[in-house]
Parts: sequence; C-alpha cells; structure tokens
Amino acid sequence: MRVQHDIVIIGAGIAGMRAAIAAAEKSDRLSIAIIAKTYPIRCHSVCAEGGTAAVLREGDSFDLHAWDTVKGSDFLADQDAVEFFVRECPKEIIRLDNWGCPWSRNDDGTIAQRPFGGHSFNRATYAKDRTGFHEVHTLYERMLMYDSVVIYPEYFVTNLVIEDGSVQGVSAIELKTGNMTFFEAKAVIFTTGGAGRLYGFTTYSHQVTGDGLAIAYRNGIPLKDMEFFQFHPTGLIPSGILMTEGCRGEGGYLLNKNGERFMKKYAPEKMEIAPRDVVSRAMWTEIIEGRGLEGEYGPYIALDLRHLGEEKIEERLPLIRDAAIKFAGVDPVEEPIPVKPVAHYTMGGIHTNVKCETAVKGFFAAGECACVSIHGANRLGSNSTAECLVFGKVAGEMAAEYALKAKQGKISREFMNKEESRIYDELLGKSGDESPYEIKRELNSTMDKNMWIFREEKGLKEAVKKIEELKERYKNIEINDRTRGFNTDLMMAIEIGYMLDLAEVVAIGALKRQESRGAHYRLDYPKRDDENWLKHTLAYYTPEGPKFDYIPVMITKWEPVERKY
Amino acid sequence: MAEFRVRRFDGKKSYWQTFNVPAKKGMTVLEGLYYIKENLDSSLAFRASCRMGICGSCAMRINGKPRLACETQILFLGDRITVEPLDNFTVIKDLVTDFEGFFAKHKAIKPYLIREDVKYDEPRELLQTPKELNEYYIFTLCIKCGACYSVCPAAATLDGYLGPAAMTAAYRFCADSRDKGKKERYEIVSSSNGVWRCHLAMECSEVCPKNVEPAKAVQLLRRRTAFSILKSLLGW
Repeated sequence: MRVQHDIVIIGAGIAGMRAAIAAAEKSDRLSIAIIAKTYPIRCHSVCAEGGTAAVLREGDSFDLHAWDTVKGSDFLADQDAVEFFVRECPKEIIRLDNWGCPWSRNDDGTIAQRPFGGHSFNRATYAKDRTGFHEVHTLYERMLMYDSVVIYPEYFVTNLVIEDGSVQGVSAIELKTGNMTFFEAKAVIFTTGGAGRLYGFTTYSHQVTGDGLAIAYRNGIPLKDMEFFQFHPTGLIPSGILMTEGCRGEGGYLLNKNGERFMKKYAPEKMEIAPRDVVSRAMWTEIIEGRGLEGEYGPYIALDLRHLGEEKIEERLPLIRDAAIKFAGVDPVEEPIPVKPVAHYTMGGIHTNVKCETAVKGFFAAGECACVSIHGANRLGSNSTAECLVFGKVAGEMAAEYALKAKQGKISREFMNKEESRIYDELLGKSGDESPYEIKRELNSTMDKNMWIFREEKGLKEAVKKIEELKERYKNIEINDRTRGFNTDLMMAIEIGYMLDLAEVVAIGALKRQESRGAHYRLDYPKRDDENWLKHTLAYYTPEGPKFDYIPVMITKWEPVERKY
Repeated sequence: MAEFRVRRFDGKKSYWQTFNVPAKKGMTVLEGLYYIKENLDSSLAFRASCRMGICGSCAMRINGKPRLACETQILFLGDRITVEPLDNFTVIKDLVTDFEGFFAKHKAIKPYLIREDVKYDEPRELLQTPKELNEYYIFTLCIKCGACYSVCPAAATLDGYLGPAAMTAAYRFCADSRDKGKKERYEIVSSSNGVWRCHLAMECSEVCPKNVEPAKAVQLLRRRTAFSILKSLLGW
C-alpha cells in the first residue's frame, strides 16, 4: 500500500511527538504522519525519571549550564550546539507547563528544580520521579489537538528511500496485518531512540534496538561517536531498572561493604553527584577490588536512602520506592537498594548538524538517535529529555520549512518489489538452523563483557571477532512464525540484524580510539589525548564492515582543561 | 518449573497451550513469556516495552485477573499460571488485543488543557501551588493499560461507553487549575455514553496497577456535571 504525507516522523517518544507538534504549529497546510512500532505512550521516553535541565532561576545562567555540559562531555561536545541548546531549554519547560505537564511545584506555585550529577546549579526540573512519563503523556495529549497529525501506531519501519540525494519516504510493516506500507513524503524525521538493548544488563525498554540508527547507517548516512555508551551508576539488581540520579540528587548515599561513602576518594567535591562516568567507574572499581556487597546475583553497591525518611521518599521518589519493592523486594525506607552500573544511554547517533539536518536532503534526525552533538563523551543527567524537546522542535520546524517548498517524494515500484521480497522471501521464507534469539544472547554477553565500563585492546578485538562470527551466523537464521499478522518473531529477527551492525560500529570505533574520554575508558590508554583524539568519529557502512573518518570538535568559548570534580 | 497455560489465538481459532518455564525467585510473568518466545515457541505474540510498570503495554489476564505481566512475580502466583488476553477488547493474535477504540475514546474527551491562549510563541510560566497540583495529580498516573476497561461491566455491554480510563482523563483536566475547558468536557462525559452509564461496580479501581481510582474520578465527574446541569437549568 502507498500512503502520502508531507512529513513522516519515525518514532513517537518525546522527540518525535515534539517534532509533530512543532511541524503542525508551523503550518496547518502540512499533513504529518507519526509512525511508531509501539503506541506513542508506550515509548521508552516514559522511563525517564529524574528531571529535565533548564535555566529557570536567578543565580543560574546559560553560560553555567553550557559549561557544565561541555565539561561533562569531556570536551567532545560541539560548543555551538550546546550554547544553542541551553537557551532553548527553559522555553520547552514552560511550554510543557502551558500544555498541562504536572511539574512538581514550590510552595509559591513556581516550577520546582532539584540537583543532578555534574550540574553546578539545581536545574533539573521534575515531575516527581516520573518526569519522562509526564512529558510523554503531555505531548501525546497535546498532539491529539492537531487534526493534521495522523498517528500510525505499531508500524515497524524496515527501510528509508533515498533517490538522487534526497529522501523519498520509508517502508514499514503494519504489524496488525503484516502488510507492507510505503509512506511517501517530502521530509522524513528519525526520532527512533538509542540502541541500549545491545547490552544485556540495561535500563532500556525491550524495543530500543537501534532500528533507526541501523537503517540510516545502511543507507550511507554516517553514525557519529558510537563508541561512547553511557553507564548509569544505579541499575536495580537483577532487572537493570533505572534508579534515578534523583536518588542521589535528593541526598542518597552510595556505600561499599564496609559502609563507606567511597565517592569521597573519587570525587571529593561532588561526591555522589559527580557525573555518571565518574561515579560508574568508581563503583565498578570498588566491585573489582572486592569492596562490593555480596548478593545472589553477584557483587553490588548499596544505594542508601533511609536517612531521607519516608515522607521525602514518597514525595520525591515514589516510583523508585515502588519499583524497588516490586522488582527487588526491598523497601528503600527500611533497607538500602542493591545496585550496580548499567548500560543507559547512546551518546552517539546519526550525524546531524545543529539544525537536525543530515547529509541527505529532507532527512532529519533528533533525540537519542541523533548526534548533534551536545553530550560528547558523557551526557549529564537531565540533558537528554531536554535534548529531545529542544531538537524535536527544531527538527519539526526544519522539516516543515523544507516540506513547504519541496516536491512530493516518490517511491519506485522497483524499490517496493525489492523491499517486499527482502522481507517476505529472503527473511521470512528462508530456512536455516540458527536461532536469532541465541545470536542476541551471545551479542549481549559480548557487549557486557568486552564493551563495558573498562575496555582494552584484547577484549575489544575479541568482541570484533565475535560480532563478525554472529553476523555470519545471522545469515543462516530461521524465523519459525511464518504467518503475517502481528508477527513479532519476524520483527525481532530484523531488530537483531540491526543490532549486529551497530555493535560492530561500537566495537571497532572503541578499538580505534586509543585514549580515555568520558564514558570510553581504555585501561591500556588511561589518559585523555587531546592532541590526537579531540575529534568526532564517523562510521560509514560498507558491505565489508564500517569505514571510519574523523571530524573536528567545534570549540567556541571553552578550551579543554583537566576534568576534576 | 512453572507451568504456563497460555490462551492463544491465530486469527481464526482460539486454543490453550502449555509451556514449562524454569522459574526462579524474582522472575516476572513477562520474563516467562520471553523465555517461551526465545526458547520454546517463537510465534507467541504479546506486547511489552518498559518492563518497569510505567508504559502500560503488557496488561493481560493472569490467573483470572488483569495485571501488568512485567511486575507480576511468577512465584507469588504459585507454579501454575494462566495467561489470557484482556477482556472487552478484540483479540488480534494470542495476547495482543486491539486498542484503537480505547485510544479513540481517550481522544474524544479532549485530554489537553483548553485555554484561550492556545498558541504560545512566548510561553509564560503559569503558577500552580502544590495543593492545586494534588487536586488532580493522582489521576495523571493512568498508563492507559486497559486493565480497568477490561473489567468494566458497562463497557462489556455497551460498545460506545467511554469507560473508566477516558473519564479519569476527563476529570484530570477538569480539576487542573490551568484548564478552562470544563464545560466542553462536561458535555461529552454527561452524554449517553458517559458517566451516567457507570454501574458503580468499582472493579476498575480494584484492578488499577497504578492505584489511580477511576471509580472516584467518575463519581467526582457525576457530582460536577450534575451541578453544572442544575446551574444551567436555573440560569445561574
């Protein structure tokens, strides 16, 4: 089936829905489609907990937010993008307020803010510890006001169509029927999220498999800085569910088996609210050196909130309490929560400029799937939901401007036939003796072992070899469910193929980067090396594996200095 | 080992299938379903996303009661578990049900702030005290999982009935101090498919995984719409 819209947005999380609203507000002459493999409010953005950064109050400043972000990024962020970003954040917070977001409030009725890691001002705006959830619902409900926005829930995008250097549309499987739909558009925006399910121990929702990244990459668009993967210090054991940085922002302690607040050794000034890379490394060091507590799932660190008291925990961290009770059998009012560092955020992504443009005309990307880059080598907590809002809006507006002038995209019959045959004959119809799920399990354990918080040449080489082996085996998979309607077996098999490509980019990118910067820490190269590595990685797809190129980092005001907390 | 009895549907016929899942302490029903999909029968269809009780994807009938599979521990249920799709929804495949109508009802009650200053070129912070926030906050916690709708006797007998989740959303916005759209929404919820159709069975509140109390929202809406009708009758 062929469907036409002016703008097609893939992904219905914070960035996607913000883009849809921005485009709809820009012009009511535009028809906008928002396509997602889940229902919009089932997106991973609902899992964001602690806050959204913005300069709102006296004493804070754009320069301070920008400096914190640049320093947090270990100087790999593009400073022009960061300066633009921090100025837009407050407007987004207030827009969400005007659209109904139930922000937590101060007694005088103003929007409340709290401390967050790496920020030198209390600028994390929050809605209890369900910030992402409330932002998503606010945006979704606001989006319903616009008749020009058509929602296509549960459509799984399989490819991007580019002809003569400009975008023509996308192909997608309508899950309900299993039929392929071809969306022709003047502009396409990817807001498909990160790739966190590459890892086994992860905070990510099940569907975050990096589809958009892989599709863009396979279509010749480079991925930037993919070796930088963030580990959040506090993942609940055993599930990996996020225990928000707000826990520490509100005054929670991290303790080793001797009951020591060990962060005083690693970040004496910031202690538990140092940036995530610093805290994760500190925790992992404590565990490796035998000072973790022992539990049935291996060593862990205690996140102690007891001294905050029941009232404060209920008021500020109700979701955390509920999740700790339900998923770990621990009530944080009475006992410390068992945690360890967990894969949490994809700093890299589709290479875009500050206007969310890519190398392909009419193709834009925003949110976690994009790399603008404002997070560099390490994202500060509460800057990600802010990024999705700010750059979601930019992408929506840019796509709208472009679509108002561009001609309608066209998808050729030839492409349609080829894509249908690729999915239904080559994948679904094929017999083989490999289970895609076994391949995923092995990929997950390779990532958890060799591409974790500490990396070194031997492990990374092992990982590259393993991924190549898994890619070979993937050619021989069999999908058991041969039916069409709601075939999640087919969808997951395709996702696993995407993940293999991305894992290869992460592994080889990490192997090549012979320095330690932000979340990428090489035991064999423990120092940051600005002389050789103050540059972004670009990975280009070739059938033989990724080819790499490097581009300079944009420095405006802040020369790199040593990072101390 | 836990025995999973799963009610399956292939588009034409419905049947039961039994799987043995090695269950250990802490393992959830959702993890059990993934175990089946990845090891025993990959054709099993179900929805899941966040696995932390906040996205609303995985509501299903587990041992006869609607629950979120992701936050239901296998061992709390014993070693025999039945899993079925939600009631009051059309089944698409296995545990996957059609939510189109459910979301359309949510949209129908205008679930957004209605204000005159609808365009916000220069957004301005609106003040709202913690007390005003608490007037509606509990009702913002609805994750639209459909558990309430699946046990609603009014929804079972009347297709067009708005249902507990949509009416909770209606009340949530009416009770927000920033909203000016009460009258429009009262008209919608006091229609023949609205609050007066509720049987006051209260089951929605009982099964809500987020303790939202949709029944209370319906009660409060009834009181407000009745008062609003009275006011217009008396010309106040």
